[in-house]
Amino acid sequence: MSSSQPGGSGLRYPSNKKTIYDRNLNRSKNAELSRAAFAYLFIEMINLAQKNAKDVGDLEKRLNSQGYPIGVRLLDLLLTRSANPLASIRPTRILPLLQFIAQTLYRHLFGRPADALERSGDDPSQYMLFDNEPMVNTYISLPREMSNLNCAAFVAGIIEGVCDGAGFATEGVTAHSVGVQEEGKEGKAMWPGKTVFLIKFKKEVLEREEMLARGGG
Amino acid sequence: MQKLNSNDLLMLAGSFHGMHAITKQLCPNPPVPPAFSAPAANLAPSPFTHRPTGIEVLETSQFRMQCFQTITGIKFLLFTEPQQPNIDTTMKKIYELYADFVMKNPFYTVEMPIRCEKFDRALDGFIKLRG
Repeated sequence: MSSSQPGGSGLRYPSNKKTIYDRNLNRSKNAELSRAAFAYLFIEMINLAQKNAKDVGDLEKRLNSQGYPIGVRLLDLLLTRSANPLASIRPTRILPLLQFIAQTLYRHLFGRPADALERSGDDPSQYMLFDNEPMVNTYISLPREMSNLNCAAFVAGIIEGVCDGAGFATEGVTAHSVGVQEEGKEGKAMWPGKTVFLIKFKKEVLEREEMLARGGG
Repeated sequence: MQKLNSNDLLMLAGSFHGMHAITKQLCPNPPVPPAFSAPAANLAPSPFTHRPTGIEVLETSQFRMQCFQTITGIKFLLFTEPQQPNIDTTMKKIYELYADFVMKNPFYTVEMPIRCEKFDRALDGFIKLRG
């Protein structure tokens, strides 16, 4: 097959004869994207979500569903790209899954790991992933009438997509701002934009986790 | 110095805008763009390069007012002491903050008063660092 045959296979042949299949999967060079370009794109995504939204909760749900398909795809993409063949198995336990999200996924999306990962004290099915300064919120100032909105709901959707894609059904992943609550303690909050992602797994996921723990994993 | 409320600011900006428009008209003979001499001659003539700028600095013994206009026509007014150095870099930085925290904010409506918490905070931090 030569590149001079137009429309032969439907595969595009660039001038250097290297198709998408010839390229290395683990491209790290030039993989960074412009933050400003993302900011403008995100503005339009929020505007789109805002168009038919009834209230803040509805808007967050729409942002969440914009992120969900990205998460489902990123799970496979990142596992395929991982250099260690043993690491390209989908996580089967909750902790490796959360580690994958906090480390691999976060590094891929934002160039740094998440800031903290905790299990909720009063609800064992709930995990909390902390981000001191969500990149998506860098330039966003909320108007007063929407002060309880957190646009990181988009990232929450990505996380939900990863969990679902790996077979860990969730009741939903939500983003909440916690920077303001901490303000009372030391006067001025160190991370005013601090966000927590609440990941609540379904009951059957926890039951399976328990069985796996008993069986020695 | 007395703090100005938003009404005062609007009045100030309004009168300055009128003054600025008049001074723009005062330019008696707009320079003719050089024809086919520069290497950029094959580019379309920019409407901005040869436009009279209007008033840029207002200086008194008590204060100095610097006006910076972006190519989209937004005017920034900066009031300083007459001896204040590096006004240009300060202005550039403020413009940068504006581009970041106002123009990239999905909840800002163009041509409305700027009420963006992050812009205020960044501006505050920048000015305090300078002062």
